[in-house]
Amino acid sequence: MNFDQVKNAQGRMAAAVEKLGRPIQIMEVCGTHTVAIFRHGIRSLLPEGIKLLSGPGCPVCVTDQGTIDAIIELARRNDTIIATYGDMIRVPGTEGSLERLHRANVRVVLSTDDALALARKHPDKTVVFAAVGFETTTPATAVAVQAARREGVDNFCILSAHKLVVPAMQTLLGGRNDKIDAFLCPGHVSVIIGSAAYRPVAEAFHRPCVVAGFEPMQIIEGIVRICGQIETGQAHVDSVYQAAVHEQGNPVALGLMEAVFDPWDGPWRGLGVIPGGTLRLKKEYESFDAVRRFEIHTKKASEPAGCLCGQVLCGLTEPTQCGLFGKTCTPDHPVGPCMVSTEGACSAWYKYKSE
Amino acid sequence: MCLAIPARIVEIEGDSAVADAMGTRWKIRTTLTPEAGLGDIVLIHAGYAITKVDEEEARKTWELFEEIARIEEQEKQAGGQEGPA
Ligand code: SF4
Repeated sequence: MNFDQVKNAQGRMAAAVEKLGRPIQIMEVCGTHTVAIFRHGIRSLLPEGIKLLSGPGCPVCVTDQGTIDAIIELARRNDTIIATYGDMIRVPGTEGSLERLHRANVRVVLSTDDALALARKHPDKTVVFAAVGFETTTPATAVAVQAARREGVDNFCILSAHKLVVPAMQTLLGGRNDKIDAFLCPGHVSVIIGSAAYRPVAEAFHRPCVVAGFEPMQIIEGIVRICGQIETGQAHVDSVYQAAVHEQGNPVALGLMEAVFDPWDGPWRGLGVIPGGTLRLKKEYESFDAVRRFEIHTKKASEPAGCLCGQVLCGLTEPTQCGLFGKTCTPDHPVGPCMVSTEGACSAWYKYKSE
Repeated sequence: MCLAIPARIVEIEGDSAVADAMGTRWKIRTTLTPEAGLGDIVLIHAGYAITKVDEEEARKTWELFEEIARIEEQEKQAGGQEGPA
């Protein structure tokens, strides 16, 4: 980081706070931003009055307890193989986690291709892909579902907990936390959805939305641009990550998502049911839906006792305000998902806060 | 989870490709970026290229990763003190 640039940025942020006469609260929606902000010590560089809130941007964290319990339930069967991205296996369900089950039928995959390959290799089992993630991750799931249908890989299905970022931002501002002054928008989700996707948030709620990548100077520049808008009473979409993000996003990826998924009003941890915030398979692909195939009835499961993840995800509570933080809840023994995922706010605070 | 890594396409046939980032190579798909060809640099997320990026952008990210890896290595050697004070 360049010292002069940082100093200049600090000056501009401080000027905005002074002009406004109150602190500015900026939410970074993306878990990867949360980690980058801590890793590079960005919080310590911000002038007084600039407050960063970690938002609901960690896919594992926002997956509701009922879905996690359903995945664990499926893993207990003898006729399934659960394929999942790495972070998911440690999330505590109401009764144990995938990891604790010690079941040979739980496999960590690096891509949906690997999950589909498992299905081809084990025709006697049903491979269930735990499909979590935001728009960055969803297109690859769509590709796999289409390939499974095209090639007749009938022993493949998905449990979709894919989420959409913009409806979550709207829900936050619509009541869960209207104290958020602006959003630092996720870099790689925006590669897919495009910066124009945030216009409804910027315009309807009059909140600046600035897309940034993950380099420290870029995050700082993103915050400066937000402050600039707030100072002058503006609220529009801006981007400091034009190297990767186009206004209209990735049309191929968006087309695939639209062909395979429909938005529905699904539950999020901490935020409740978000209108149009979750994706499920379209009718023509419903035979690849694990919920249908295994007749899963997700029960409303309660959160782990004492865990404040829900409030943390809304930016209402800082992890250290949770009574279990660092005591009974640590990355080695997580109580809630915000401590499990490396991108969870609790885990990031635990790992970097002392530095 | 939403982090994508820049890598150069060093082999490609249809939508299956091999990508190289800082000497590490792995198989990827270019299904979502049909415009990407041999020698192009793409951002890769969960095995899929999601967009093309230019040389300069990729180099900045690679340098950043190198720096992070170096710092983490130093921390490990310093006794791996982690956790809240
Ligand atoms: S510290 Fe642990 S128990 Fe507390 S909110 Fe975070 S994940 Fe939940």
